[in-house]
Amino acid sequence: MKEFPEISPMGERAILINFGENYSPEKLRKLLFYKDLLENKLVKEKVEVINTYNSILISYMFTIEDVYSEISSLKSLFDEANIPKNFNSQIFYVPVCYDEEFGPDLKLILDEKDLEIEEIIKLHTAPVYQVYFIGFLPGFLYLGGLDEKLQISRKKTPRKSVEKGSVGIGEKQTGIYPKSSPGGWQILGKCPVELFDKNEDPPTPFSAGDKIKFFSVSREEFFEIEEEVKRGNYKLKSENYEGGD
Amino acid sequence: MKGEIEVLQPGLFSSIQDLGRFGFQKYGVPQSGVMDRYAMRICNLILGNAQDTSVMEITFQGPQLKFSASTAICISGADLSASLNDSPVEQNKVINISAGDTLRFGARKAGFRAYIGILGGFRSEELMGSQSWYEGLTTDFRLKKGMKLSFGSKDLQEKDTHSHLKIDEEYLGSDIIEAYPGPEFERLSKEQQDKLFSTSFKTDKNSNRMAVQIEEDLENDLDPITTGPVVPGTVQLTPSGKLIILMKDCQTTGGYPRILQLSEKAQQVLSQKMPGEKINFRKLDY
Repeated sequence: MKEFPEISPMGERAILINFGENYSPEKLRKLLFYKDLLENKLVKEKVEVINTYNSILISYMFTIEDVYSEISSLKSLFDEANIPKNFNSQIFYVPVCYDEEFGPDLKLILDEKDLEIEEIIKLHTAPVYQVYFIGFLPGFLYLGGLDEKLQISRKKTPRKSVEKGSVGIGEKQTGIYPKSSPGGWQILGKCPVELFDKNEDPPTPFSAGDKIKFFSVSREEFFEIEEEVKRGNYKLKSENYEGGD
Repeated sequence: MKGEIEVLQPGLFSSIQDLGRFGFQKYGVPQSGVMDRYAMRICNLILGNAQDTSVMEITFQGPQLKFSASTAICISGADLSASLNDSPVEQNKVINISAGDTLRFGARKAGFRAYIGILGGFRSEELMGSQSWYEGLTTDFRLKKGMKLSFGSKDLQEKDTHSHLKIDEEYLGSDIIEAYPGPEFERLSKEQQDKLFSTSFKTDKNSNRMAVQIEEDLENDLDPITTGPVVPGTVQLTPSGKLIILMKDCQTTGGYPRILQLSEKAQQVLSQKMPGEKINFRKLDY
C-alpha cells in the first residue's frame, strides 16, 4: 500500500506530489493548503506550484540540483503542517443564457434526457460547483458537481469550433469555453462574461478552490451584459463562501 | 537609439522566444519559451547578453531579415547555411551587422531549429513576464512578411571573452532521447516497457512547438488518468497507441497516461529532429 502524499521527481525541472486516485472537495482543501505552504516556502520567482484534482506539481525554472534533498525537505514541511478545519473561498455568480440560439445541443439534450428546458436550466443552475483547477486552455475551469441527471456523452466527432463563452456538458463535467476552440461537449448555453483577459493581473478572477453558481439570463439580459462587458463595466457578483461542500 | 529588422521573408516558422512564462500555469497558460535552451544560452553568452535575453527561433527554412542599424548578432543551434549579404557566416560567432545588411538562410546542414541572438535582445511585447510568442495569447505568434521588429542598442564588449568557449554541436546529430520513467510508467507491461526502449521510432510530420508525435503506435490497454499535470518533455500514451511527446507550448494538464519524462538534454536533442527522423529512447533512473 502506497503512502500519500507520494512525492517524486518528474524530469529534471519538476516534482510531482500525488494524493491518490480519488478526488473530492475535502481532498482539494488539503491540496490547496499544501500548495499555499509550498508557495510561501519556496522562492516564488524560480518556482511555480499548481494543483489538479489529486496532484500538486512544483515546476522549477531551472534544473533542480539535488532532487533528493529537495524532496526530503518537502516531506518534513508536510509532516510538520497542521491542516486547518476552516477554509475560506469565494463564490462567483456567473450568468448563462440557455437560449436555443446559444445552445445548439439543447434539443439533443432534451430528447436524450426526456426533460423540459426549464428542468435542464434548474438542474444546471442549482449546484454550487467546485473550481478544482484551471488547465487545458488559458482560463478553462475544471468544475465538479454536475447533477447526475445531466451527465451525457461527449460528441462522437468534436465540433471544429465551439464559440467563445459556450457552456457545455460532457460526462461528469461542465464548463465554459474561454475562447473559441475545437470541442466535444454538448453545448447548452452561453456566458457573456470574459473568463480570461490577458491584460488583467490576474488574467482570470477565479482560482482553484473557488465556487461557482450559474444563473439563467434572458437573451435581452445576455446582450445587455455583453455590452457592459465590452465597456468594461461588468463585474461578476461574488462573496465569501462559508457553506459546506 | 534603436534599430529595426524588416522581415523580407518569414521562413517556415519563426518566432521570438525567451525562457518562457513562469507563474501563469495556474491560469492554464503554457510555459512556452525556446525549444532548445542550450542554443539560446550559447547565443547570449557569445554576445555577452544576460542568459534570459530573448532570441529568434527559426525552423528549418530561415527568414530573410534586413537590418536598419548596426548591431551584432550570433546564430546557434541548427546549421541552416546563414549568409550576410550573400557571404556565408559562421555559427556560434559574433557577426557584426551594418545598417542595410540582409541576413538570409539556405540549405539545412544539421539540426532543425536555429537561434538568432542579438546584442541586447529583441524589443517586443512582454506579456505575463515573458516575450515568448504563443498563438492566442500574444499579438503575434509567427513572423510575417513585412513585419518590423525592434532591437535595442548596446555596445559589444571589445575583448572576446568567450574565445575559449567549448561548444558541443554533437547533439544536433544525436538520435538518443534520454527519458525517466513517467508517473504511469509502471502501468505498462514488462513487454511494453522493453519495446519502448528497444524500438527505433520515427518522428511524425504532425509535430510542432506543442508536441512531437511518433509514427509508430505502442499497443496498450491503459485506462485514462484523472486529468493531471503535464510539463514539456512529458510523453503521453493515447488509448489508440499514439506516443505524444509534449514540447514547450504544451497544455498545462492532460488525461493520458504519462509514461516517460524526457531529460532537459533530450528535449534539446528532440527539438533539433526533422519530421521523419529516427529516435531511440534510453532509460534514465532518478
